[in-house]
This record gives sequence, C-alpha cells and structure tokens, in this order.
Amino acid sequence: MDILETLKTLWNDSGFQSFFVNGGWKNLIMIIISCVLLYLGIKKKFEPLLLVGIAFGCLLVNLSYFGSGSTDALYHLDLWDNFLNPEHEDYHSYGAIMAHGGLLDILYIGVKAGIYPSLIFMGVGAMTDFGPLISNPKSLLLGAAAQMGVFLAFFGAVCLGFTGNEAASIGIIGGADGPTAIFLTTRLAPHLLGPIAIAAYSYMALIPMIQPPLMKLLTTKKEREVKMEQTRVVSKTEKIIFPIIVAMFVILLLPSTAPLVGCLMLGNLWRECGVTERLSDTVQNALMNIVTVFLGISVGATTAAERFLSLETIKIIVLGLTAFCFSTVGGLLVGKIMYKLSGGKINPLIGSAGVSAVPMAARVSQMEGQKANPSNFLLMHAMGPNVAGVIGSAIAAGFLLAVFK
Amino acid sequence: MFDNILVSAAVEKAEDISIGDAAVTAVFGYAVVFAGLVILMIVLYCTGAYFKSKDAKAKAAADAEAAKKQAAAPVVAETKPELPLAPGSAGHVKLFDVPDKEAAMIMAIVAEKMQKPLNELHFISIKEVK
Repeated sequence: MDILETLKTLWNDSGFQSFFVNGGWKNLIMIIISCVLLYLGIKKKFEPLLLVGIAFGCLLVNLSYFGSGSTDALYHLDLWDNFLNPEHEDYHSYGAIMAHGGLLDILYIGVKAGIYPSLIFMGVGAMTDFGPLISNPKSLLLGAAAQMGVFLAFFGAVCLGFTGNEAASIGIIGGADGPTAIFLTTRLAPHLLGPIAIAAYSYMALIPMIQPPLMKLLTTKKEREVKMEQTRVVSKTEKIIFPIIVAMFVILLLPSTAPLVGCLMLGNLWRECGVTERLSDTVQNALMNIVTVFLGISVGATTAAERFLSLETIKIIVLGLTAFCFSTVGGLLVGKIMYKLSGGKINPLIGSAGVSAVPMAARVSQMEGQKANPSNFLLMHAMGPNVAGVIGSAIAAGFLLAVFK
Repeated sequence: MFDNILVSAAVEKAEDISIGDAAVTAVFGYAVVFAGLVILMIVLYCTGAYFKSKDAKAKAAADAEAAKKQAAAPVVAETKPELPLAPGSAGHVKLFDVPDKEAAMIMAIVAEKMQKPLNELHFISIKEVK
C-alpha cells in the first residue's frame, strides 16, 4: 500500500482541499456566516425555532457543495436549475430530484411545492384567536395600511434592476410573514429564496429594535398615552363563521391565495369549532414542529455560496429592511388618521402591529404603549391589526402572484 | 375570479418591467389589498350587527322570562349578610367568569407591571374576554 498516494487521494477527496480551488473560499465565508446565524439564533434568541435550522442547513450545504458536479452534495443547485429549465429533459421532474438528489434536495421538494409554508399557516391559524379582529373590524384597515412596505420595496427593487418576479419576491419581505415570503419566492424567483428567507426571518426577529424608533418618531407622547376601551365580547358562533367567510371571500377574490388562506382558515376552524380539539392540538404542536424542522433546514440549503455571495444579496438585505420600515410607517400613519377621526380614542401605536409577525409586533405596541402610560394595556387591541396583517400579506402575495406568475 | 382582470389591468406577464409599470403595479396592488380588506371589514360589521341584534333579542327574552318568574314567586327578603371588609380594603372586586386564584394572579401581575404596591390599586372588576 502506497501510504503517500492514499493520503493524497484522501486529501483530494476531502472538503478541505476544495476551499483552495474553484472559488471554494466562498464556502468558507458562508460557513462563517452560518456560525454567526447560529450565534444569533441560540445566544440572542432571534427566531430560534427557524433560524437555528436555517443556519445549520446553510452550514451543511456549504460543507458538502463545491460547485456543479459535487457528487456527495446534500443539495444540488444544478438539479434545481434543470428542474426550472423548460428546455431540459428534467424540467419540472420531481422524479429526477428523487433519483439524483441529496437529502436536502428531497426535503426541499416540500418548499418548492408550497407544502411547508401552507402547513405552517395551518398551524398559525390553529394558534390564532381572531376574536380581537372580529370585535373591531376597523383593525383590517391597519393590516392593509401596513402592506405599504411590500409595494414600495417592490418598486425600489425594480428601480435597482431586478426583474418583476424578483422584485415581487423581495417586496413581500415587507409583509413580515416568513411562510408567505417563502411561498411567493418559490413560485416567482426560487433562485433568491435563500437571501429572502434569511432577510425575512432576521428582520422579524429584529422587530423590537426596528419598530420602536419609528413609533416614537411618528407619534406624540399624548397619542401614545391613549387608553383604549375594551371591545365587545365575540360569540362562539361568530368565531366559527369567521374562517369560513374569510376563506370564501379571499379565495374567490384571489384564487392564488388558496393554499395559504385556505390552510390558515382551516387551522382556525379546527381551533374554534369545538369538536376537533385533537386535530387542533396536533396542528398547533406536533405538525407545526415537524414542518418547522423541514422548512428551516431546506431553506438553509438554498444558501450555497456559489449563488448566495453576490451583490444581489446585499441589495435584498437593504430592500428588506426598507420594506419593514415602510410597512411600520404605513400602519402608524393610518393609526394616526384613525386617532384623529375617532376623537383620540384609538392609540396609533396599534398601527405598527399591522405588519404580520404575530405576536411580536403586537407585543412591541403593548410595550411602547406601556412605556408612555404604565396603565395602558394595548395587547388585545394590537392583536386585531396583527392578525389582519396576516390576511393582508396573503392578499398582497396573491396579487403579486396573479400579476407575475 | 379576479386574477385575469388583475393581470390585464396591471402588466403583462413579462420577466422585465419598466419603472412606470412598476409604479402602476405598486399603487394598484396597494389599492387591491385595501379594497379586499375594506370589503371584508364591511362583511364583518354586517355579521357582527346580526349577532349583536340576535344576542340583544335573546337577552331581552331571558330578562322578560326572569321578570315573569320573579312576579309569580313570593317576595323573599335579601338575607345574605354583607361580609366585613378587611382593614385598608377598597371594597369588593367583581369577578366575571374568573376564578379567585386567577384574579389574584392578574392583580399581582398588574401591580408588578405598574410598579405600584397592590394596596394602592383599586380593582373594580375582572372579566374574562371570550
């Protein structure tokens, strides 16, 4: 046995040597980025349930994928390029992915087919109490206003040279709704999924830092101090009818929202109808956790260095932040209008909760309201716009999908 | 239903889009989100009004039934004695569908959040929002 030759073969087969050839150094950078994301998820608790999975997926893909032709890779960009290429024999062939793909390729099929985001929405629906929205339907206006960032970022992205499909996917970051962002991006611009998902979840985790300065800037202390009256009690029947009405209305208006809105409302109906407690419990806990595992790791897999490290990613990160800020501003401005029109009965701080990010954005409204007036309890009032934002971002996504698909 | 209308009213399904088209799409998209949620708001107000009137009718019927029973029953004097208040107490707190233990926890949390001693706060009632 030629020990020297064996060692040479082992070295050539190892991933270490790949760092020094064919742009392998980019993988090294991505490995460092994944470690930073792991630190943010574990130590700083930035959306840890998803960010830890995404970061580890990022780590795995960059340890195993070194350019086209990596046979042992967990995720193959070239396979997915073929999947999206109408002229290739493997166009839209999940069979080819199953036959030649790695573990992460197979898990990614759930993202590509829009299964994971829809199932996450089912869990969100089962966990959400729409009572505050039903008792105060005006909250829907705040949920609509807070989609401003989606469309401003879309416009900004076009100005920066992105195509319509890419701009729509970037804009939806402003909806502050991870599953919606993933759902839309996989349909319109799958090559941008990695940076868009990471931007969306990172900014959602940073809401307690992004929103308060804007809230203080756009509202006076007098406005922030406003104590809101308790809303009416919503009957059980209303809560049961609500998901059925919303599903019928929104899906008829924009059929492309059917997977998201349908699952959201089905989950909520299971929660409220009172005869499917086992299903509601499963969707809220077991199913939600399982899908979160698959979603996180497979979204992380799309961050292969070859595609992720580019000027486009930096533009997406900046546009995503802009989208978040303008969505907050949109909600606050309509909140101020409602404050004036109601004769000072509505606290404009609840407007910022119109960005989805349930329940983080509502908690921020509560905290800022209580800072201005310690006897202020805005949480339930802010939950109305907060859940309205989920429906609003699904409608925004449905519109963009209808226009650009 | 409106997908085709949206597509024709906004831009064609092209990969690239001009800045002018993007501006029109953005404004139109924002308007569609508003319109959709405003219509949903109207629907919710209508269903809310229906249920409120239904509840009011049921309550009125229940009140009338109770009044009828009270009129038929012999008048019995209220014999429940008032319990003496604890020293320094501001009175009784009315609880609606809230157990004593949970009420005590809520009062403690409110005192903690407001950073005021519990004996300086006066709770009038605690009601579960359903």
